[in-house]
Amino acid sequence: MKRGLQGNEQEDGGGTSSGSQKTLKRSRKQRREKDLEGEGARWECLPQEILLHIFQYLPLLDRAYASQVCRGWNEAFHMPELWRCFEFELNQPASSYLKATHPDLIKQIIKRHSNHLQYVSFKVDSSRESAEAACDILSQLVNCSLKTLGLISTARPSFMEVPKSHFISALTVVFVNSKSLSSLKIDDTPVDDPSLKVLVANNSDTLKLLKMSSCPHVSPAGILCVADQCHGLRELALNYHLLSDELLLALSSERHVHLEHLRIDVVSENPGQQFHTIKKSSWDAMVRHSPKFNLVMYFFLYEDEFSPFFRDEIPVTHLYFGRSVSKDVLGRVGLNCPRLVELVVCANGLRPLDEELIRIAQRCTQLSAIGLGECEVSCSAFVEFVKMCGDRLTQLSIMEEVLVPDHRYGLDDIHWEVSKHLGRVWFPDMMPTW
Amino acid sequence: MVVNSVHWFRKGLRLHDNPSLRESIQGAETLRCIYILDPWFAGSSSVGINRWRFLLHCLEDLDASLRKLNSRLFVIRGQPTDVFPRLFKEWKITRLSYEYDSEPFGKERDAAIHKLASEAGVEVMGRISHTLYDLDKIIELNGGQSPLTYKRFQALINRMDAVELPAETITSEVLKKCATPINDDHDDKYGVPSLEELGFETEGLTSAVWPGGETEALMRLERHLERKAWVANFERPRMNANSLLASPTGLSPYLRFGCLSCRLFYFKLTDLYRKVKKNSTPPQSLYGQLLWREFFYTTATNNSCFDKMEGNPVCVQIPWNRNPEALAKWAEGRTGFPWIDAIMTQLRQEGWIHHLARHAVACFLTRGDLWISWEEGMKVFEELLLDADWSVNAGSWMWLSCSSFFQQFFHCYCPVGFGRRTDPNGDYIRRYLPILRGFPAKYIYDPWTAPEDVQKVAKCIIGVHYPKPMVNHAEASRINIERMKQIYQQLSCYRGLGLLATVPANPNNGNNGSNVGGVNTGASHGSGASTDPSTQEAASRTERGQPVQKRRREEAQPESGAKSFKQSK
Repeated sequence: MKRGLQGNEQEDGGGTSSGSQKTLKRSRKQRREKDLEGEGARWECLPQEILLHIFQYLPLLDRAYASQVCRGWNEAFHMPELWRCFEFELNQPASSYLKATHPDLIKQIIKRHSNHLQYVSFKVDSSRESAEAACDILSQLVNCSLKTLGLISTARPSFMEVPKSHFISALTVVFVNSKSLSSLKIDDTPVDDPSLKVLVANNSDTLKLLKMSSCPHVSPAGILCVADQCHGLRELALNYHLLSDELLLALSSERHVHLEHLRIDVVSENPGQQFHTIKKSSWDAMVRHSPKFNLVMYFFLYEDEFSPFFRDEIPVTHLYFGRSVSKDVLGRVGLNCPRLVELVVCANGLRPLDEELIRIAQRCTQLSAIGLGECEVSCSAFVEFVKMCGDRLTQLSIMEEVLVPDHRYGLDDIHWEVSKHLGRVWFPDMMPTW
Repeated sequence: MVVNSVHWFRKGLRLHDNPSLRESIQGAETLRCIYILDPWFAGSSSVGINRWRFLLHCLEDLDASLRKLNSRLFVIRGQPTDVFPRLFKEWKITRLSYEYDSEPFGKERDAAIHKLASEAGVEVMGRISHTLYDLDKIIELNGGQSPLTYKRFQALINRMDAVELPAETITSEVLKKCATPINDDHDDKYGVPSLEELGFETEGLTSAVWPGGETEALMRLERHLERKAWVANFERPRMNANSLLASPTGLSPYLRFGCLSCRLFYFKLTDLYRKVKKNSTPPQSLYGQLLWREFFYTTATNNSCFDKMEGNPVCVQIPWNRNPEALAKWAEGRTGFPWIDAIMTQLRQEGWIHHLARHAVACFLTRGDLWISWEEGMKVFEELLLDADWSVNAGSWMWLSCSSFFQQFFHCYCPVGFGRRTDPNGDYIRRYLPILRGFPAKYIYDPWTAPEDVQKVAKCIIGVHYPKPMVNHAEASRINIERMKQIYQQLSCYRGLGLLATVPANPNNGNNGSNVGGVNTGASHGSGASTDPSTQEAASRTERGQPVQKRRREEAQPESGAKSFKQSK
């Protein structure tokens, strides 16, 4: 089935079969005649640059159909500019409902376009085969000079199941050949310290973004090496066990650019895990060096694992508690997080967070987004909180069950009060009931 | 002309508030009430024994009620398209009535039957009584589109005309001019079958916790209202351990099968509220249960793909994991998390679980821990849950998995903590998982953390007598929240750091949102939209029409190549 093109193009009988010259000539004559009448477009005269521009608007499948129309369009289809970005989707029927990038297409790309590729990502499902397939493709991108590379597991971290050596050698191919990698996303992979050294050896001038949360084979020394050498690094994501005072100081060194954001995942492997502390002075150095930087922290800890955290001032801007967090910790957050912009609490337990919320409203003057899940707040305290924050609260996502009616407000009228102080219509988040 | 009526029961298994039946009787000489039993259904695994038993109770109850009116229920085996032509002829039918079914499959089936009826010269009467409102009117009020958020739906409801009063109950007075021809072999030919006759194994089957039927439904309604009046509190009750257990005033299965009219319930609630609160206008929250049900019926009525992800315009395309082994563990209550397993056990044994329990297990299966498709969970609920019908079940699952309706996904229910906060003592666990009875409250929600001697005393070694936890919740939720965030960032084109802002804002006028909704829409939206319902639409759609410059940006979303390259249409 042939498709018309999207956009302003007229839907003309433009689709002749990939043609003989004779057919083309005939159509040209017909079109010249049409032209004289002031109608019709001269498709075959469309310059390559325009064609390229149009093709860039088409999704790949439509573009592929268009390429079957004639030789000229087929050539346009293969122009390098159209192959700068590609996302390989690798799924197995046994582990995913989604379709995968066709193997023939993959072959074609490796054969004809690997040296055009610049922005590449791999989306793999939960099967080891898909992750291995991704590594195989990576190993073949020898002529590639990538600017961005993303390895994304869409379900479970299947890259962790690939034999480490296979993964490392594939990644090394990219690191060595690219030399101008700017953005690298390798979360949940078996990357290790030596391969980071290779990355640094070849791309230290260009690396701006590095996301490597949950890479268990990397040590604090490994990441420190990156921070020391890659002075252009602006965005970094990693797990807390890799964070050290030295790392923060390296990121705040004179030669280093301003950091834009730092994302830290604090994850408990086993209950009762002990976590190290970071000195306040290290954080202070960061803030002095990069006053506008965002610190995003996601906590997945048991309630009793929080003792090292929030004892001193910490410049966190976006804070997420993925498990239950105690009243006590939220109280410390209010005291020690003056730069807080967003606070999201999955659960707390059945004691009201009235005081803690009020304190947060008072002390976290930048707060503009808050989300509360399984918590309790009395309606009066909540109204007070909203009054104090006023219309700086652009995101207010409160589960309906959080609000406990009291003598002043019931559930049916609280949304009016809150809407008043917010300056817009607001309702709590609801869940279906039976 | 002699009018011979047939009333076709599907849902609406009741004699109160049954306007289509009432009208069918008017001026009719004979009346036969039928229920068509599709013989294939019994064999299919998608409907479990509790559901069948409930239905049979309902049919027996109807038969008994009709007997009191000198009539009977006719249970007929077969497919409607085969059954009706035969009946039209055999019984010389001139009129067919049924309660309007708003679900897409139901509408299609009824259209086919309507056609057959017209061909046979049979008058067809359908009346609305399974929902509070005429759903098409709600949709009309919303500019021809189903509302996509519950808030939008509530706003529309406020503008609708008042709910119609329930029709009066069918009594012998109503039926006095109308007869039902009953033969001696009625029980053999048209009697309500038993579970055994349908092929179920009933040995060892415990008595039903939820007995079906209109009589039971009306009794429960009275008790439900009595309890509300006594408490004089119409707020949603605080959740406690007792709420988890089946309540003798629970009404949801009866609403689903239509043993209880939703309109009757609505008006009884209204009357009670006015009496107790001496207040004229009850708040919308009073009808919460009924309105949620109505909302899902409304969103589903024009969407035949409502119960699927692929090809469903209101569903976010999420790369769920396909894992039958993990799914089976969840479905059979073998996850190693007592809270989850107890809930699934109660579900399988009794056919009903509290809505917060539903949230817990649905979250665990989908976006919380296992990352398995909500469609799989929906199928399990369809089999086991008494009040799960097509629209409500699919809609609820989409909601709970954050696949639709613009839900925030940050609040994850912990399979340990949530249960512990709801029932600190763990009695619910001990009731449904007797193997864990010996564990003290401290460890009963996470027994794998109990020291060996505690496990020995409890006579239950984790990993031997009860499974070890099938996932590490902290790790799983960490991964999953990141996945959800990535998916929603693509949809909303949001590039900031906030977690809350990644969920697109509600569409302005409830229209199936342009790019803000950003979900798989097939051909209907956006220029150059491919009609291929390929699931990569969501990703590539957001790029369509974007200027070339954006693609040059370093963080540019690369072009998706997932559609089959040589695929022809």
